[in-house]
Amino acid sequence: MIARTENARRAEGQVMLAHPVGLHARPAIKLTKLAKSFPATVRLRADPDAPWTDAKSIVKVMGLKVPQGAVLYFEAEGAEAKAAIAALVALVERDFEG
Amino acid sequence: MTERVAIVIVSHSADVARGTADMVRQMVGEEVAVAWCGGDPDGGLGTDVAAIRAAIDRVWTPAGVAILVDLGGAETNSEMAVEMLPEDRRGTVVICNAPIVEGAIMAATEAAGGASLAEVCATAEELSPGIGR
Repeated sequence: MIARTENARRAEGQVMLAHPVGLHARPAIKLTKLAKSFPATVRLRADPDAPWTDAKSIVKVMGLKVPQGAVLYFEAEGAEAKAAIAALVALVERDFEG
Repeated sequence: MTERVAIVIVSHSADVARGTADMVRQMVGEEVAVAWCGGDPDGGLGTDVAAIRAAIDRVWTPAGVAILVDLGGAETNSEMAVEMLPEDRRGTVVICNAPIVEGAIMAATEAAGGASLAEVCATAEELSPGIGR
């Protein structure tokens, strides 16, 4: 399930993490590398009430230990925010393949 | 385009060093240059200054080199290897204070994104809270 809201330089998205082992090392690395490729600041969290985590920080993302079945919430601000959210949601949707 | 920071892995065990390099390549990708060395010249556990120097030389780039080590001797010998580098390269090679496997993966992930040597090392060192350089 995806919901996207955006205004000029801000975008949000959410997607369920279906990957069998959750957000473990390899998917976390892919997610971080992808987030870093965008100029916007990108944040994520697995709990809508938890503080945001910097999606460009590999140590922090890996430390989240997000399990399979959790919903990932993304937020991006700045240039290419919408593209960043779209790309990250797509990465999770295709189970981090490619 | 700026070159990426390179990673050198120095372990007392060649198996550990080689395996760590494999993990970095497979999990992070091929875009970060990785060199490894481990074991003493007789094939036992230990580290060797000349081997460390050769590993640095294999991957050195103006962007810098981050060295990950396991135990004290690896750090000491790595420091000696850095001292042996030409003067214009000495300042571009740093030893990160991080666990060798996890640190190498975090450092390489950061390096893959084009981060500076300082950022690469700082990321690896995030894994060791409370231990300052």
